[in-house]
Amino acid sequence: MPGKLKAKILAGRHLPVMDRASDLTDAFVEVKFGNTTFKTDVFPKSLNPQWNSEWFKFEVDDEDLQDEPLQITVLDHDTYSANDAIGKVYIDIDPLLSTEAATVISGWFPIYDTIHGIRGEISVLVKVELFSDSNRFRQSSCGVKFFSVFCNTRDALHLSCPAPSIPRCYRLAAVHGFVEELVVNEDPEHQWIDRIRTPRASNEARQRLISLMSGELQRKIGLKVLEMGGNAVVGYLQCFDLEGESGLVVRAIGTACTLEKPGSLPPSAPSASPSMETKECVSRPSYPVTVPSPGPSAPLKYQPFSSSSPKSCRHQSSCSDTDLSFVPKIGTSSLICNLTKLMKGEFPFFTFTRFPPGFLLHVGGVVSARSVKLLDRIYNPDEPETRDAWWEEIRQEIKSHAKALGCHAVVGYSESTSICDEVCILSAAGTAAVLDPTLMQEGCLDDGGEHRLDEHSFLSCVFCHVPYDDFNSPFPAHLAQCCTCGRHKVPDVLFTTIELPREAKVSGKGCLIQARLCRLKKKAQGEASATAVSNLLPFMEYELHTQLMNKLKLRAMNALFGLRVQISLGENMVVGLASATGVYLNALPSPGGVQIAGKTPGDTAQEQHISNMQRKINDTIAGNKELYEINPLEVAEDVSGSPIPEPQRRPRLFRSVSESSTEVPELDLAYGRKDAFVLEIDDTDALEDMHSLLTDAPAPSGFYSCNTEVMPGIYSWTSAVQMFTSVRMFRLGNANLTNQGVNKAFNDLCEDLLKSLYFKVRSMVPCCLCHLNFSVAVPEEELVQVHLQRSITPFPSPTDTFSILFIAGLHSIGRKSGGGGGENDEQLQFALELSTEPASPPTFSSRKGTRATSDIQRFSSLETGSPLLRDRSRSVRSTHSYSSNAVTVVKMTPLSFIPNTRIIKYLGIINMFFIRETSSLREEGGVSGFLHGFITEVFAMVRAHVAALGGNAVLSYQMKECVFMENPNKNQAQCLINVSGDAVILVRHTEPDP
Amino acid sequence: MEIMSVELDVFVGNTTIMDEEVYQFWLDGYTVSDAVKVRMEGGVLEECEASAEVLQSDTMDQYRTFQMCERLLHTPAKLANQLLFQIPPHRQAMLIERYYAFDSAFVREVLGKKLSKGTKKDLDDVSLKTGITLKSCRRQFDNFKRVFKVVEELKGPLVENIQTHFLLSDKLARDYAAIVFFANNRFETGKRKLQYLSFQDFAFCAGQLISNWTVGAVDNMVEDMDVDLDKEFLQDLKDLKILITDKDLLDQHKSLVCTALRGKTKVYSEMEANFKNLSRGLINIAAKLTNTKDVRDLFIDLVEKFIEPCRSDRWTAADMKLFLIHYTNSAHILDTFKHQVTWDRYMGVIKSCILKMYHD
Repeated sequence: MPGKLKAKILAGRHLPVMDRASDLTDAFVEVKFGNTTFKTDVFPKSLNPQWNSEWFKFEVDDEDLQDEPLQITVLDHDTYSANDAIGKVYIDIDPLLSTEAATVISGWFPIYDTIHGIRGEISVLVKVELFSDSNRFRQSSCGVKFFSVFCNTRDALHLSCPAPSIPRCYRLAAVHGFVEELVVNEDPEHQWIDRIRTPRASNEARQRLISLMSGELQRKIGLKVLEMGGNAVVGYLQCFDLEGESGLVVRAIGTACTLEKPGSLPPSAPSASPSMETKECVSRPSYPVTVPSPGPSAPLKYQPFSSSSPKSCRHQSSCSDTDLSFVPKIGTSSLICNLTKLMKGEFPFFTFTRFPPGFLLHVGGVVSARSVKLLDRIYNPDEPETRDAWWEEIRQEIKSHAKALGCHAVVGYSESTSICDEVCILSAAGTAAVLDPTLMQEGCLDDGGEHRLDEHSFLSCVFCHVPYDDFNSPFPAHLAQCCTCGRHKVPDVLFTTIELPREAKVSGKGCLIQARLCRLKKKAQGEASATAVSNLLPFMEYELHTQLMNKLKLRAMNALFGLRVQISLGENMVVGLASATGVYLNALPSPGGVQIAGKTPGDTAQEQHISNMQRKINDTIAGNKELYEINPLEVAEDVSGSPIPEPQRRPRLFRSVSESSTEVPELDLAYGRKDAFVLEIDDTDALEDMHSLLTDAPAPSGFYSCNTEVMPGIYSWTSAVQMFTSVRMFRLGNANLTNQGVNKAFNDLCEDLLKSLYFKVRSMVPCCLCHLNFSVAVPEEELVQVHLQRSITPFPSPTDTFSILFIAGLHSIGRKSGGGGGENDEQLQFALELSTEPASPPTFSSRKGTRATSDIQRFSSLETGSPLLRDRSRSVRSTHSYSSNAVTVVKMTPLSFIPNTRIIKYLGIINMFFIRETSSLREEGGVSGFLHGFITEVFAMVRAHVAALGGNAVLSYQMKECVFMENPNKNQAQCLINVSGDAVILVRHTEPDP
Repeated sequence: MEIMSVELDVFVGNTTIMDEEVYQFWLDGYTVSDAVKVRMEGGVLEECEASAEVLQSDTMDQYRTFQMCERLLHTPAKLANQLLFQIPPHRQAMLIERYYAFDSAFVREVLGKKLSKGTKKDLDDVSLKTGITLKSCRRQFDNFKRVFKVVEELKGPLVENIQTHFLLSDKLARDYAAIVFFANNRFETGKRKLQYLSFQDFAFCAGQLISNWTVGAVDNMVEDMDVDLDKEFLQDLKDLKILITDKDLLDQHKSLVCTALRGKTKVYSEMEANFKNLSRGLINIAAKLTNTKDVRDLFIDLVEKFIEPCRSDRWTAADMKLFLIHYTNSAHILDTFKHQVTWDRYMGVIKSCILKMYHD
């Protein structure tokens, strides 16, 4: 019995009128945890009740504390009939279980009802008393911290400050490896009882179940982490698979780590003491288990890394293939050992996307795997073996791809699914890489950073060097001499899923590159459908890849970062969307132009056309070079080495598609063999494609966009950030659909969405849209019918709809002019108000002469988090009777940091799931009105929970799921939203820690 | 061929996104398509390379946001501590101020009318007459009514009450005080002869009346103190009749004023000839104010009995000012006139009202 949960209900406000006769409400509250329920007294006839209840105490196992949410129900007392529920609040207790996170949950929470939305607010106080538990067979994992950050984020703005940490304000002491878990259950929506219960009861059962399942999942993952000797999960990624009849799967992946508070230097951390040094040397030889033997020149390039120990440990590593018998010295729990274990472990995968400088030794390229499965009912939820086996299979595939690329690890790893009826596509992707454990350990050292940093800048090209050599490469590769150091081989293009490494040298700015594709598929059932999909997938992958490549070349760039390929399955179409941020890496060779060639020489008309086209292409490339400011320095000793044998355009992109367990043979993606990139135009289709390439509109001036966290090539940010969510759904007409038609429609849809976004934020120019995150779904009719099974009406038009969920973090860019006045403004100010607040402090012209708003975008909203400021804002408004409890401003961003701010405390992970349903769709303003309201409510609830934990921002915010279903004939709609992020306390850089 | 149609289009920011220009269109009762038309003409498209669809979608988004906010704007104090929308305080202030702003053409139509369902039914006529959309008329009317209902029963100064409950600026709160005051006392403002007066003229007069003639002017902790006129004072006003009923007093008063004005004004002779009529006019108004009906006619009476005769004699504003000062002050010198306090309280207001109202 290791825990006591205490809750106190203080007051309510803005309650809805429940009694029409008196226009008032007789409200009381039920507080439930597990199977125990307490009630407050009825506070009669008030819309702002003051309960001031006693402390309700629950004595519970910490296992339950982790799994169960605290459930608060507000009801209207009725003497004669059943009490009416006003709404509920679910509070996740987890943040209180870690000693370093929040200590109390206290604040106003919106009272939420799945039918009516937010109905008033309730003030609650929650505390937990934990008793220590030394039982080693325990089932709970209290205290394991979860972070949804994908990366270690050193402040991207202060490039001069060393010592990265994962996540900020913690230091990474050890990485233990990949953790994964999944739990399955029956979906309450598909249980027989759902036919007789009310929609509200059904929704609440579902919300509660998912909350329970994700609690259980976190606990189980936590247990694994404890077993591995870690204390935290970084890059925690949790997903729901709504498999319909066959059940509900909640799965998560993450990276187990040991985090330390800086300042408390643990004995295991590497230090300058000589004794430690020796230990490290002993353990070193054993690390590179999976590193393939580098070429003869390889040891040379490692030289600069050995800065902290005079003896180059790399020499040992180069011959490590034979050193496998070395056993790591366990006990020195230093990073190296952990990393060694990690590499030997089943899956050397990392779910984060940014790393300390030099940690990534080499990047091999993107590895991805997909598999098409037929769903069947999960008969035994306690042993979800099939689902586990499916993922296991995919991960093995990823691992072998990485190996083939000469890499021992996969970074920036993620998994996803797309489900339509019984067909499910499982996907996994990551970036194959060779890691340097010694450097990682050095990265943890706080001193001597300057010195190392210099060397890193020298090594800006190392990660681009291929981890395999020409002759042993797993596929025909086109390699060139490195343009920075001239000593090693680099690929001609590099595709990765990670953030641009900090040490990388780029020319000009980056930009968002998207490949969009839509393919029709015959409607089919079961096997047939699965076969159709798996036949289609390789072609889609190929085409997406071609598009990415073409667009990259047109922009005169040579590398993609943050690549995310999403394949969404619909009833009669499959949609593919690949987004990435293109950059020009100085180390890689300059991309040749794009040449087009006709199939039928001699046809003068066509030749004329082609030469026109060619001119257009050349102009576009030249224009883009200028637009993105790409002018790399010419390397003096230009590729003086021997010509590379058998050059071939073969990207570092591995793919494989399998249906059940049958592997589809690898595609040969090789293009032409000439130096310039050749596009063959043989029919009108190709012409059409070419046109769409050229018409891809660039962002209007002053706007930059990328899907990574930081825009390459832009280094001055203001802290004004704004986060948006946009959802669009289109219905395809009944017209004869062709591949080309839907393709174009989908392409236009994406372009329109971007245009719309630029328009919305026009007042923030110059600004950058970072972490643009598109997700496409093709909701099917079937699902809608299933959901509304109480109604008999079938869904009317036999058409598909797209819906695009789209989240973007908006960053304003600005250049700080020294002491430009007004920095000390205390007023709450948001970036978007700039339109109304013309520059009061002096404006500063940015380089490009675009309207500069940098200096007036100040960041002070965060300060409401500090009590001092809250008091001030109170006194300012004290003339107004209601203003005594001003609402804390909570920033939300998909980024893992906010420029010019410092995280002083991580309060815990926010993971919330909401369902909203309506049977008065028209009255709520149609589907748009309904969803607009719901998203607004979700934001409000996230903010309230963060504020109650004492936080003022949500980082790494994601809306992972947004499932929308409607039946306009019945005037009904339902929507499910899942959001997550890290609750934190931020302060401005200039402020001291409280 | 359009093979796709937008089914759903939503754009939501963590910090609520609002465009002031679109807010104004919404307040003015424009439909989405009208607002889009006007925005397009405004050239916002060329500025950002956007298409008409983009504008349409943006306008829709904003309209939805405003509709959701509207409920909160009805009780502005809630806006500050609600959790649904994250809106910075100065933006909240803007939203409220604009929501409660009204068109002077509109307010002139309903000023002094009972804020009842009947009046609301006639709003389509008002809309036709003023060219303000019916939607906007309804919002403005409902605002008046809402403010009226809330402050009607409250103790304390009217303007302050309005400010506390509706978080309006000082200027706007004063205007609302005037509207509430006029609606409560049902002052006649619609007669043809009063058409030349603007809302601001009346608002000024209302301010004068509120701060001098109401219960609150003497005791500031009673109910309705600022909305109702001080009954005792109105009763006392009957005593002023002596100035016109006592022939000696009337003659004395006239000669004092005439002495003071001789040589100082071009309309001296007209003034001298008309003095008794003018004085009778003003004092009869005072004496009748115990009747609710005559209170309602205060402004029309002032115009008919005093302003019009002076205007036909071509008095300038300066003449008027000079006359009223001496007319008021001379009464103090009259030995047998004992009601100096009532006189000052009455004339102070009448003087400033007439001066405000005396224009073309």
